[in-house]
Amino acid sequence: MALISCKGVSLRYENRLAVEDASFEIEAGDYVCIVGENGSGKSTLLKGLLGLKSPDAGSISYGDGLEQRMIGYLPQQTVVQKDFPASVYEVVLSGCLNRRGMRPFYSPAERQIAGRNIERLSIGGLRKKSYRDLSGGQQQRVLLARALCATEKLLLLDEPVTGLDPVVTAELYALIRQLNREGVTVVMVSHDIVCAVHNAGKILHMGTGVLFYGRAEDYPDSEVGRRFLGGDHHA
Amino acid sequence: MLELVSQMFSYGFLNRALLVGTLVALCAALLGVSLVLKRYSMIGDGLSHVGFGALSVAMAMQLAPLAVAAPVVVLAAFLLLRISENSRIKGDAAIALIASSSLAIGVIVTSLTSGMNTDVYGYLFGSILAMGAGDVAASVVLSAAVLVLFVLFYNKIFAITFDEAFAQATGVNARGYNLLIALLTAVTIVVGMRIMGAMLISSLIIFPALTAMRVCRSFKGVVITSALVSVVCFFCGMVASFAFSTPAGASIVVANLSAFLLFALVGALRGKLPG
Repeated sequence: MALISCKGVSLRYENRLAVEDASFEIEAGDYVCIVGENGSGKSTLLKGLLGLKSPDAGSISYGDGLEQRMIGYLPQQTVVQKDFPASVYEVVLSGCLNRRGMRPFYSPAERQIAGRNIERLSIGGLRKKSYRDLSGGQQQRVLLARALCATEKLLLLDEPVTGLDPVVTAELYALIRQLNREGVTVVMVSHDIVCAVHNAGKILHMGTGVLFYGRAEDYPDSEVGRRFLGGDHHA
Repeated sequence: MLELVSQMFSYGFLNRALLVGTLVALCAALLGVSLVLKRYSMIGDGLSHVGFGALSVAMAMQLAPLAVAAPVVVLAAFLLLRISENSRIKGDAAIALIASSSLAIGVIVTSLTSGMNTDVYGYLFGSILAMGAGDVAASVVLSAAVLVLFVLFYNKIFAITFDEAFAQATGVNARGYNLLIALLTAVTIVVGMRIMGAMLISSLIIFPALTAMRVCRSFKGVVITSALVSVVCFFCGMVASFAFSTPAGASIVVANLSAFLLFALVGALRGKLPG
């Protein structure tokens, strides 16, 4: 049973059909990179997978015991967060929110989960620091730790390396690959097509519909891949 | 100093104002942290103007001020929030429109009925005489409700303030909690504007949060410091108002301004230190 299966999914963005008739399956353990030009429906598709938008047509279903609110999500940073006074621990702990239901306060077990994920991403030294004093790469690690608190199974990353320098970008990619090897399924929206091909196991190329979905090795040889990677055959 | 304070407590109306004011200062400070961080500061300002309009109309029609103002301001809060959420309309411009319109309607209604008198002055700039015994009971109940709800939903409020998209993705009803925050803010403003005045109540929401953010690094630190600063500034402002016969609302705002400058200085000095 696939972790996520989309069957003929159509999603709207501001009265325009941004995703049309998309069908694909994501298996447990996959590392899928969603690529495509601006306005190709990548972000809208991500919102659909997260349940922030409900499909106009088709269905998105979850298997393998995955629940929608048990997805670890790494959104793009907002202006609000840039100068937000919160400690690293507070931010990471807020990832456990989906485990609590209506209970108002965190349990010791949830505090342990937060502590474990802080160690897992080696940001233990920053635990008491304020989020606004961290570098861009450190902030992404904190948000990744928070996402891991929400999930054991699936991470959804929205342009995680935007605004990071090349060294930090490489570190973050390595970290994501390692998490994937540890058994976390990764779905990532990215502009960085070259890195995506090198890192991901599968490529999902969106252009309102699904233009390509398959192994990353096969992507450069496909027609859409050749065009997008700027190879020999320009359309 | 001690004598002055004990003298203050001997007046019944001052006791009532102190009790209600402290509770309002506490509520406003707590909600203010979330509002300021979410860039919703102007909503507080807009709501207080709507509150003035509602109070004026209530007075003209000889109805109970709280009973009319509370639902009107709550409605306005929902409306303003809806406008702010909708990125296609410029939220700040819409708030300014609604605020000045309410003020204008309030002024016209009053001048047509009772005329611009001390009551209107009291609504605009606050009056510690405004609190009757019935108002005190209502205010205490409302403030207590705000405090209890804030503590119960503290963790969710943090998550939504920090990252609405993430909170929503993990199954938190972000819209619902935004509405809750707007509702609590509306209630706090309606209760507080009797003492602080429509023109000055928003400072009670914005100042303590900003002051606390100068020095605190964690959300919990900001919330607690903001609450303490707010209550201390309220009390200092009241004492100063009593000692120098200055208007209470304005004195409290100046106390908050002083605290802000002090904290900003401390924050700047700490920023310069190594480490």
